[in-house]
Amino acid sequence: MPVMTYREALRTAMAEEMERDETVVQLGEDIGVYGGTHLVTDGLLDRFGPKRVIDTPIAEGGFTGAAIGMAMMGLKPVVEMMTWNFSFLAADQIIQNAAKLRYFSGGQVSVPLVIRGPNGGGVQLSAQHTHSLEGFYGHFPGLKVVSPVTPADAKGMMLSAIRDPDPVIFLEAGALYGTKGEVPAGDAKVPFGTARVAREGSDITLIAYGRQVNLLLRVAEKLAKEEQVQAEVIDLRSIRPFDEATILASVRKTNRAVVVQEQWRWYSVASEVAAIIQEQAFDDLDAPVERVSGEEVPAPYARNLEVAAFPSEQQIVDAVHRALYRGA
Amino acid sequence: MPTESMPTETAQRAPDRAIQGAFHAGAVGAIPRGAQDDPGHGPRDHLDLGAGTITATVAPPSVGDGGLPHETLREMYAAVALARAIDERTWQLNRAGRAPFAVSGQGHEGAQVGAAFALDRSRDILLPYYRDLALCLVFGLSARDVMMSVLAKAADPASGARQMPAHYGSARLRIVTSSSPVATQVPQATGTAYAAKLRGTGQVSLTSFGEGGASKGDVHEACNFAGVHKLPVVFFCENNRYAISVPQNRQMAIDHVADRAAGYGFPGVVVDGTDVLAVYQAVKAAADRARRGDGPTLVEAKVYRFTPHTSDDDDRSYRDPDEVRAWRARDPLVLFEARLREVGALDDAGLAEIRAWVAAEVEAATDAAEQAPLPDPATFDRHVYAER
Ligand SMILES: Cc1ncc(C[n+]2csc(CCOP(=O)(O)OP(=O)(O)O)c2C)c(N)n1
Ligand SMILES: [Mg+2]
Repeated sequence: MPVMTYREALRTAMAEEMERDETVVQLGEDIGVYGGTHLVTDGLLDRFGPKRVIDTPIAEGGFTGAAIGMAMMGLKPVVEMMTWNFSFLAADQIIQNAAKLRYFSGGQVSVPLVIRGPNGGGVQLSAQHTHSLEGFYGHFPGLKVVSPVTPADAKGMMLSAIRDPDPVIFLEAGALYGTKGEVPAGDAKVPFGTARVAREGSDITLIAYGRQVNLLLRVAEKLAKEEQVQAEVIDLRSIRPFDEATILASVRKTNRAVVVQEQWRWYSVASEVAAIIQEQAFDDLDAPVERVSGEEVPAPYARNLEVAAFPSEQQIVDAVHRALYRGA
Repeated sequence: MPTESMPTETAQRAPDRAIQGAFHAGAVGAIPRGAQDDPGHGPRDHLDLGAGTITATVAPPSVGDGGLPHETLREMYAAVALARAIDERTWQLNRAGRAPFAVSGQGHEGAQVGAAFALDRSRDILLPYYRDLALCLVFGLSARDVMMSVLAKAADPASGARQMPAHYGSARLRIVTSSSPVATQVPQATGTAYAAKLRGTGQVSLTSFGEGGASKGDVHEACNFAGVHKLPVVFFCENNRYAISVPQNRQMAIDHVADRAAGYGFPGVVVDGTDVLAVYQAVKAAADRARRGDGPTLVEAKVYRFTPHTSDDDDRSYRDPDEVRAWRARDPLVLFEARLREVGALDDAGLAEIRAWVAAEVEAATDAAEQAPLPDPATFDRHVYAER
């Protein structure tokens, strides 16, 4: 299987779709000559020309609105948000319009639109560049929200996203564009609404999405080596639609769960996951579902503060110990 | 329920395709591959201020000492020089791995110093953007303050190292910190201006932004509101012809951002941003007008950024080195020095004195910041809400 970086995987999927389907167009700031500030669209301008790879003015609301119009006309726009943080400026177009056009046209209009870009933080750019928006966008019916962490999923889910008839919020792991992994060649779509078991285990279920999955895998190795605890790690990867079955099956096996996220705890994905587990697997639980989240502050810039604001290995280990009723 | 009121045939027969087929004006298929009939990426020469249709006023080049005391001219020169030196030091610290991030105002300093001196520094309000180091220094920020923020130390006066560097702010100095999403300070400036007008304080608000940020709805909305209420605000656009990699002709179909002012009912002025005194005069006229109660002005200074966009950028992929060289030949620091010598405001001895002062300031500021403590992690959740 070919090995490629997360960014190459995204680019490969988009280029394959642009090759296959002439209605796929790209819009965003600095995506043309520059190839995107994270080089995800590098080379697409040369390959597909300026009519299909459009460098936009700085106008997130404006170009997202334009993309919605294009989508209603049967094009398949892929919009790059330089970072998801700038999507707040397009929130009205995304939430009030893209998410509601099908419903408010009684099913007559579809908006096959992908909005993609780096999500989350950890690269010392402070709060206004650091939001994790799964919970925010996951809240709105009419949007699909995905958050792949492996290069294989980045490609496979991008293929699904571009072919999806509805608006897709594609949250990329901003800190991981350079990470490598095996990526199946060709049309290896990864369907939405399926979680991925990233590591099998029998003692406890650790659940996350995005870059926190890698953190969980490190913790799981450590638990196995130092404490003989076998943790199962589940990568949600699809936030909406959501795969309840995979999580419930795991919890029925392990009877314990810890949910980890970079975003804040209040009104968050982890809260939703915890609620689903207690509603549907209450009798299987041997301990309350633990949540580990970002601290309730805007992400600070100074490295020492930033580290303090995000979930740490130690916090996760502590949560595992609580769920296993082991003393610290 | 909308679905119930829809004709069932539409609702049931793969409705999306039906309507979208109807929307298609012809087939979508034939998009020529690699079609190059677009305006291209080569930027046009905006030093040619009279080109194209223009509704804005073109400010005349300055002559002589602009009627300013020579002491003031030397202060202005020192501010340009200090900003340049701090900026260069920031890049050195970044390249040495000691500062996580650098963003530059090099090339913009002359315009900023001209603008800042045109304001009343004892009461006016600044809502700057990330290139405005020189603007903020004139308003009282110190080299030490800046270095504390560059090295993310607890003593950073803007935020205690919570915010990235170059988001200048100081309540004491009436400098309003901006956000990382660009141009959000521009509507806020209409609010500070409105408050000043309501209270009759006589304060003028000046807000600055790039020509790239000017594409945002925020700037339109701000200008419109300011025009309606004749607010005491100066919109100061530092047009350096690029928004990261995107050249001006991909950002707008006009030559001058200032032309848009006509659509809001107030004057637009285009000025050569490498001419410190011309900018001073243009902003002075705008500030006087605002203080008189005659409303806003949009002043557009044509400048150039000498460095990459930030320390995360490599500008060689989108800017011709010859273009950068040509603009460096119009370095405001050099041009202003020459002007001051010409009018007899600066001689070798005076220059040496300023240079020594600048070097000492930067050295002392860097040393102080290097030795200063990091923010205390125990305090990281302070100031999310008011403390009672
Ligand atoms: C709303 C928003 N979109 C995108 C960005 C990313 N970004 C940061 S600076 C910049 C270019 C700004 O260009 P301009 O306003 O001309 O200012 P300059 O940097 O050229 O001085 C962009 C696109 C941002 N900060 N905010
Ligand atoms: Mg610019």
